[in-house]
Amino acid sequence: MKKIATGNKAVAEAVKQANPTVVAAYPITPQTEIVEQIAEFVTSGQMPARYIAVESEHSAMAACIGASITGIRTFTATSSHGLLYMHEMTNWAAGARLPIVMANVNRSLGPGWNIWAEHTDALQERDTGWLQVYVSTVQEAYDATLMAFRIAEHNDVLLPVMVNLDGFLLSHIMQPVDTVELGDFIPKIHLPHAIDPKHPAGYGTLTGPDQQFKFRWEIERSMRDSVKVIEETEKEFAKRFGRKYGFTENYRCEDADVIVIAMGTLGKEAEVAVDLLRNEGIKAGSMRIRWLRPFPKLDLKGKEVVVIDRDYSFGFGGILAGEIRSKTGISLYSVIAGLGGQEVTYDDIADFVRTRRTGEEFWFGVNAHV
Amino acid sequence: MYEIRIHSRGGQGGVTAARLLAMAALHDGKYATACPFYGAERRGAPIVSFVRIDDKPIKVYSQIRQPDMVVVLDASVMDVVDVLHGLKKGGRIFINSAGKREFAGFECRNVDLTGIALRENLVVSGSPILNTPVLGALASMGIITADSAKKAIREMFSDERNVKAAEAAYKEMSA
Amino acid sequence: MLKCTSACAGCSDSLALRYVLKAAGPDTVMVVPACCTSVIQGIYPNTAFNVPVYNIAFGAAAACASGMSNAFRAEGKKTNVIVYAGDGGTLDIGIQAMSGAFERGTDFLYICYDNEAYGNTGMQRSGGTPMGAKTTTTPTGKTDAKKDIDAIVAAHDPPYMATACAAYPQDIFKKVQKALTFRGPTFLHILAPCPPGWRYPTEKTVEMGKLAVKSGMWVLYEREYGKVTIGPQSKVAMKKPIPLEDYLSPQGRFKGIDPKIVEILKQRITKNFQRLAAEEEASA
Repeated sequence: MKKIATGNKAVAEAVKQANPTVVAAYPITPQTEIVEQIAEFVTSGQMPARYIAVESEHSAMAACIGASITGIRTFTATSSHGLLYMHEMTNWAAGARLPIVMANVNRSLGPGWNIWAEHTDALQERDTGWLQVYVSTVQEAYDATLMAFRIAEHNDVLLPVMVNLDGFLLSHIMQPVDTVELGDFIPKIHLPHAIDPKHPAGYGTLTGPDQQFKFRWEIERSMRDSVKVIEETEKEFAKRFGRKYGFTENYRCEDADVIVIAMGTLGKEAEVAVDLLRNEGIKAGSMRIRWLRPFPKLDLKGKEVVVIDRDYSFGFGGILAGEIRSKTGISLYSVIAGLGGQEVTYDDIADFVRTRRTGEEFWFGVNAHV
Repeated sequence: MYEIRIHSRGGQGGVTAARLLAMAALHDGKYATACPFYGAERRGAPIVSFVRIDDKPIKVYSQIRQPDMVVVLDASVMDVVDVLHGLKKGGRIFINSAGKREFAGFECRNVDLTGIALRENLVVSGSPILNTPVLGALASMGIITADSAKKAIREMFSDERNVKAAEAAYKEMSA
Repeated sequence: MLKCTSACAGCSDSLALRYVLKAAGPDTVMVVPACCTSVIQGIYPNTAFNVPVYNIAFGAAAACASGMSNAFRAEGKKTNVIVYAGDGGTLDIGIQAMSGAFERGTDFLYICYDNEAYGNTGMQRSGGTPMGAKTTTTPTGKTDAKKDIDAIVAAHDPPYMATACAAYPQDIFKKVQKALTFRGPTFLHILAPCPPGWRYPTEKTVEMGKLAVKSGMWVLYEREYGKVTIGPQSKVAMKKPIPLEDYLSPQGRFKGIDPKIVEILKQRITKNFQRLAAEEEASA
């Protein structure tokens, strides 16, 4: 059924359909609408879940961990400082191999108090063992949330999944969303290591280096195995519901000389810039990175590349640019744009391409080349 | 792509008007997006919302700088905000006002939505509701169809007075 | 509780644990934050517990248990969910999560075993360390009073809460059994004397716990739906406490304690007795 919904409402709708047994969450701007909507679904009986109104994000993730280890489906949502506050627990969730699904509404970090879109919050979580997907439309927020449960709970994965959507730009925009009849798309959850009083075991006990090393390796092995599970899940989703997704969304890339790479809504707006540039005779393409973890294989041979980072790692550079450089070995033009919700238009993106200086870094908001 | 900027005051339903407009456009078989200006909203302060309508999926997230149309739900914001800012040459303006206004180079229409809301007894907490009757006015200007406008209103509100007010605005504008 | 624990010699916590687990029975899951019990339970792949134990980060036990309890109840399971946390994980870093879980009416038993310092990391001061006690971060003795966690928990008005002491294991057994008959959050605060931390010979553990009760430094009581009942051992102590010095002097941590602080501790004991007696009378 097609309707108009915000990104937040679309996530909540997907969660309702995925039907978790426990949702534990703490409100934070601009995520609030997700938890309010879920609380309303639960209160009105549309969702049989238990909603635990925890007193902090640290407790939100801890409660999800405690619930998940019993073998049931769990969900939470957060943003920005909330995500950072649960950072200890996000590591725990992945290490404990729990298929928790979380929506993170990407937002800048204080100080100062800035509630607008930035990716630095989620990117600070990239080494935790969570799978991370970044979406660019309300429809994709809905679709990715549904798929997240199937991917996380797949027994070849058993790692948590974070669905990232841009604060306000996507969380609060109203766009058409086509909801699906889910059927058995998300199979019944089966957690092989679920806690069971009939079979006492110690979870997360004192562990020596040899065993700890193996546990780390197993996380990485599952992260690698998740590539296939993601591909299968997206293929099955396309087959059942008609919408196709991949590790990246490529737009007019085949014959492009220069490719713009970005994540989230910027990656969608970049497609408009590509059309503009093509009209000027510049053979541009857009590659929107969807899955940051596991990081996709990128074929950028023979292309010039402009990476737009809505984030930064101080003393290093744009985080996405760094990841692409390290994985492909290419030299690129790194643009830092959209920090703290700074407005970046398709005209701006087209300008980044027109005036690109490969090998350099450009801070758009302060007009500084470094 | 047709881009509309809606001016109102916080609490007057400008965001809901944008949402209803997008819903109606969807019923017309088009693509639409609606969003508020992302700021700290204060009751009574001038605010803007944006609506984009197109035949193709909409990929633009940045704010509307050169709207095709401006909708003013509360004429008093015109004293403090330049509602014509960026409006395309020959662009259209709709003002909730009993008095006719002229702006050189633009097509300006008006109807007294507040009066209509009061006549239809469409008042919540002492304030006349403007976000549903405005859909009638916009349907009359051809932005959306009257049928889709009514469908969108009924999806969101069960009170039939909303539809009546929209019909009244449509009739007054079309007369 | 099985063999193969890795507790210190003379550890009163492992004594308390034995009775907690016995009282709780097999349909139980323990949630343990970072504390001595993280060590005591054994080293992977072994476990000394005959129920599942879920280990969680320091400040997260009550929240984790909250999720677990909700998940079990949603599935129609009556499994006991017991947090077993130290004074650090309860009075200090875990207090927010605990307060939240109590406020939300979580169906669980929260047990704090209190050895009055961060034992696992080598005896640093905690909110549970009494005034005058030396720890590695209060080398000349703590200048602040012990945090009254029982009053804080009581403010959440749980249906049942009690204090206990590892020196009276039968009392622990009864109180755990009783706590588990209630729906909603219950609390048990166990004083757990610690030979290396309190600096006394390992064989004196039970004696040290008894001295704490007899001197009034520790009071045994229950609070059931607000009704206070002081335990018989503490009733005796209230009538005729042993000199506080008898409790302090065998412990290295109180060596050289300022007499002024001993006076403050004595005043605190008297005040505490009076307050509890008044509460018992008022709620009778």
